[in-house]
Amino acid sequence: MADVAEVKKYLGQPIERVEDDILLMGKAQFSDHLPTRAGTQHAAILRSPHAHAKIISIDTSKAEKIPGVVTVMTGDDVKEMSEAFLIVLRQPINQWALAVDKVRYVGEPLAMVVARNRYIAEDALSEIDVVYEAMKPIIDQEEAISDDAPIVHEAVGSNVVSTRDFTYGEPDKAFAEADKIVKMTVRYPRNSQTPLEGFVVTADYHQGENLYDVASNYQGPFTSHPVMSMALRVKNSQLRMRTPQWSGGGFGVKVQIFPYVVLMCLASKKTGKPVKWVEDKLEHLSAAAAAPNRLVQMEAAVKNDGTVTGFRFDQQDDYGAFLRAPMPGPLYRMHGILTGAYDIKHLSVTNRVVMTNKCPGAMVRGFGGPQMYYAIERIMQKVAIELDMDPLDVIRKNVVPAGVFPYRAAAGALIDSGDYPAAIEQAVNEGALNELKKHRDEMRAAGKKYGIGYAVIVEPAQSNMGYLSNILPRDERQRNPKGGAVANATVNVDPLGTVSVTADSIPQGQGHMTILSQIVADVLGLTPDHIKVNLDFDTAKDAWSIATGNYSSRFSSATTVACLKAAEKVKAKLSRIASQTLNVPAEKLEFVDGKIRDPANPENGINFYRAAGTAHWTPGNLPDDMEPCVRETGSWSPPELESPNEKDQINTSLTYGFVFDFCGVEIDQDTGEVRIDKYVTMHDSGTILNPLLAEGQVHGAFAWAVGCALYEEFVYGDDGSFLTGTFADYLVPTCWEIPEPQIVHMESPSMVTPLGAKGIAEGNCMSTPVCLANAVADALDVEDITLPMTPSRIGAMIHGEEKPPANNKPVAAAPIKGQGNVLRGTGDTFVPADPQEVWNTLLDPEALASVIPGCHKLDLVGENSYQADVSLGVGPVRGRFKANVALTEMVEPEKATLSGGLIGPLGASQGSGHVSLSAAEGGTKVTYDYAIELTGTVASVGGRLLKGAAKALVNQFFQRLGAQVGGTPDTGEASWWRKLLRSLGLAK
Amino acid sequence: MKPKAFDYLKVSSAEEALAALAQGGEDARIIAGGLSLMPMLNFRLAEPSVLIDISKIDSLNYIRETGGSVEIGAATRQADLMRWDGLERKLPLLHAACPYIGHYQTRAKGTVCGSLSHADPSSELPLCMAVLGGEVDLQSATGKRTLAADQFQTGMLSTAKQTGEMLVAARYPTAKSGEGYAFTEMAQRRGDFAIVALAAVVNANKIKLGIGGVADKPTVREWDVLEGDALDDALNEFAWDLGGYDDIHATARYRRELVRRLGRRVIEEAKSCRS
Repeated sequence: MADVAEVKKYLGQPIERVEDDILLMGKAQFSDHLPTRAGTQHAAILRSPHAHAKIISIDTSKAEKIPGVVTVMTGDDVKEMSEAFLIVLRQPINQWALAVDKVRYVGEPLAMVVARNRYIAEDALSEIDVVYEAMKPIIDQEEAISDDAPIVHEAVGSNVVSTRDFTYGEPDKAFAEADKIVKMTVRYPRNSQTPLEGFVVTADYHQGENLYDVASNYQGPFTSHPVMSMALRVKNSQLRMRTPQWSGGGFGVKVQIFPYVVLMCLASKKTGKPVKWVEDKLEHLSAAAAAPNRLVQMEAAVKNDGTVTGFRFDQQDDYGAFLRAPMPGPLYRMHGILTGAYDIKHLSVTNRVVMTNKCPGAMVRGFGGPQMYYAIERIMQKVAIELDMDPLDVIRKNVVPAGVFPYRAAAGALIDSGDYPAAIEQAVNEGALNELKKHRDEMRAAGKKYGIGYAVIVEPAQSNMGYLSNILPRDERQRNPKGGAVANATVNVDPLGTVSVTADSIPQGQGHMTILSQIVADVLGLTPDHIKVNLDFDTAKDAWSIATGNYSSRFSSATTVACLKAAEKVKAKLSRIASQTLNVPAEKLEFVDGKIRDPANPENGINFYRAAGTAHWTPGNLPDDMEPCVRETGSWSPPELESPNEKDQINTSLTYGFVFDFCGVEIDQDTGEVRIDKYVTMHDSGTILNPLLAEGQVHGAFAWAVGCALYEEFVYGDDGSFLTGTFADYLVPTCWEIPEPQIVHMESPSMVTPLGAKGIAEGNCMSTPVCLANAVADALDVEDITLPMTPSRIGAMIHGEEKPPANNKPVAAAPIKGQGNVLRGTGDTFVPADPQEVWNTLLDPEALASVIPGCHKLDLVGENSYQADVSLGVGPVRGRFKANVALTEMVEPEKATLSGGLIGPLGASQGSGHVSLSAAEGGTKVTYDYAIELTGTVASVGGRLLKGAAKALVNQFFQRLGAQVGGTPDTGEASWWRKLLRSLGLAK
Repeated sequence: MKPKAFDYLKVSSAEEALAALAQGGEDARIIAGGLSLMPMLNFRLAEPSVLIDISKIDSLNYIRETGGSVEIGAATRQADLMRWDGLERKLPLLHAACPYIGHYQTRAKGTVCGSLSHADPSSELPLCMAVLGGEVDLQSATGKRTLAADQFQTGMLSTAKQTGEMLVAARYPTAKSGEGYAFTEMAQRRGDFAIVALAAVVNANKIKLGIGGVADKPTVREWDVLEGDALDDALNEFAWDLGGYDDIHATARYRRELVRRLGRRVIEEAKSCRS
């Protein structure tokens, strides 16, 4: 066990952050602000509008001719220039920086334009002609495992790319002997803590040195550094990664930047100039990252007194189209602590990794914790309900008791410290749970829907770098064992005695500079503002290892300790130097108020800067064995992080905090809105390094968790189209939506880290979603709760049977179940011509060309098969498309089926419709129906308007048909507005 | 998300704007606040050849009473309308609706007439215009015409404005004595597009209810004053006639239910507000 550090003057104090002034006044230099070399070019990426399709051909010739375009690259170029990215699984799942042969999710990059500026690059994107052969996509994770599902990676032969079973203790016995077996199936949705700043990469290939110099907002872990260098076919030292110390949010998402780093490196190699790419929000939401959605079939073996003796997990994570390192992390990061906060000895686990045609799954804050605890805490509530016990009593009965720490959990987690019963009691008292319960009773008596929910979680931090190896069976992973978690930091004292610090954290606003200055100030007897911390990172200059970076809340237990060690080395060195002058043994000296002095005789001291100065100005005066300068690096890897043992047990993290939440919610019975009335959250994160920062972390995790519980979800259509491409549809809560939680603190110092501090960054994202779900379940007395708990979903649970319309009136547009985003409609129109004339028009290319809205060109390409160039739009929205239309199942002159597709820069569409002609007085009644699938940009951003827009366009077609046949043809010259007005009957 | 190249003209009079519009033809667009238009340009969902910026035309920046209406010029910001000291007394429905329009920050730039031109089916200003029976002035290089709300708003993002025309002013009828007004909206987050927006006007004899966000454009229905079950039945019929639609945020069924429940709420509130 590491020594626990002494009480400090600055550490633990609510020191205001040095970062705040800079950030709030807009002075921070984010990645896009970094200066670039003259001649830097800019990239734009062409992304797939299809969820699943073969790439038949890509014609870049028109794009290349646009003035200002430097080059256009495709998957073929990338495959020639680079290797597929390494993944942990030995499966033929190959991913390059651009799609090769096939596209497998909407938003997948398949071509890149490099140009003088981004505007020109985007102009060129719309001139790239891609011919796709659309394939049936697989979207739903439960359908993905069935035998007849489309396969995302054919070479694997299945969408289940990994299955692993684990057994700890004797679960079969525990279940056989249980008084009751409680079962539950839960589903956790797909979401992400979307950072304000997206990916930014500037890659500069130095030809002479065969070196790639990359400036980006990559956040680590640097396990993906070798993934990049190997893909680029260079040695690690030939890939220089630089990151600025200001990042507009990471949340785990910015490890997934690495394929784009490789892409820009290849671009720079090809053009001979630096290439810069700034991701936009549509790109980010559709293709950057999504925490995997998870299906869990869970069972608990239960005794009648409420004791839970065993858990069975059958877990299935959906990683989308590719496994980018470090996937499938979320399924394994929590592994050691699968029993949560509970003293459960018997555990059986089945883990499945599933692929679908969606954005690749990713590392996102929580990293498997939200998914895991959703299953555990929902089933514990169900246990209470089935036993007719208070849920908090079931929790109390089962949590790990006091006094048994360090506690080895069944699957291997070594929980360092804690007192769960005391923490619960403290929260119950300070949070006034009893009053909340009374309030609930009063609300219910008044007819309101009010509920209370609870959640306990153990919050792991600082990942064991061997955690992912548990996905391999023991004999495979023995060949290359991984473990540990190395942290590095350097403290430097310059010739005038000023102190500077660098460290292996890549911060995104957490306040790391502040904390590191506190640590070093305490050790060296200086004030924090004398410590200049710079967290710009450079793999060519800074000490780093595979665990470098900012993720898994590692900073408080890892980087801080490395920094402490570095500072202590500096202190030891300066003590020896001072000792020579003061004639006091080095180990007796104290560092106080900028002086190094004898505590027994404080007058006998020298200034800190003088001692340091000696090492620079008069190195001859140093002790014989001492090197000059004062620059010390501290490195640390805790011994508790070993590789998995032969029983597949692994201590997946170093520190384990404890969080206990309870809350009261009220459901608005008219709108279904969930109102959080009260939220209490108790945190034991070990020693608190800075209470202001700790509170900031809790608020941040809580805010996102409220988003996950009530607002946020990445939504796909059944055709794989991505429907939440803007923040109008992916709903991130704002300050209006986030209530203020009551935070209660306890400190059980960790003894596995010298400062006693545990991670605190993730807790509420694991506890709050399920705590709110439990409260809503309590309020509504239902079991099946799916996040996010939107008003519409809750409304469906509480509004009961719908009042039918009066007097059998026909209802407008009945909602369609099943194919959610297929745009359907029906209609009819009257044409003052007989059916044969109408029929002839449909078959006459020239007439058809004037009927199809915005048609520039129509060619007959086969029997009753046409290709057209059309400009289509509704209102101000308008785009150019290539269309193909075929007529089949024709019965002249009564009916035909039209089918076809559209593709253009704004999206792609497949659709079909039926047209029937029947003779009516004075002409023909034309009746039609249609079903259109729409994907691409228009589908991602236009969501709420699409149905109306589709209807308007189809109506246009048939109105124009009527006008054409009725003898008032449109000429191509009339304005588009006029055509629309005419088609709507508002103008002649 | 960078737009395609376009020309930009900042004009200082309505005449200049109209001349530029006439010259630019079908691909010219007026921009004032730009809050709806700029994202479309950035997504390349719209590719105008020229943007004509009218935000600094002083002669179009006004709010004044004329006859029984309040007239608002095309360059008037939503925030200015909210700050107008006559708003609560003269246009109580807009006073209730304005806080729902976007966000504090967007209202500083967005214009009243811009919102009417854009004709988003969920927008509050078009809904209020439909319920109050307001009108708009359209001007071109060759003339001027006035359209009533229901002639102007034709459908999803569509108005009767023709190429070469510009919306120069909007008029909302002022509050009448004996009438009560109420507005409410259901959105998932404050400032979001409404799932359902509701505006009610009630006097001694009539109830008028306008619904936004459910059909392609605001839909208004009027009844003789109703109470209790009769009111519920009327709202039910209205809900079914509107139908609603499914999207990722709400089902058609949910939308209809909001028409029933919030429709009742907003009508009761308007009744109780009658002066």
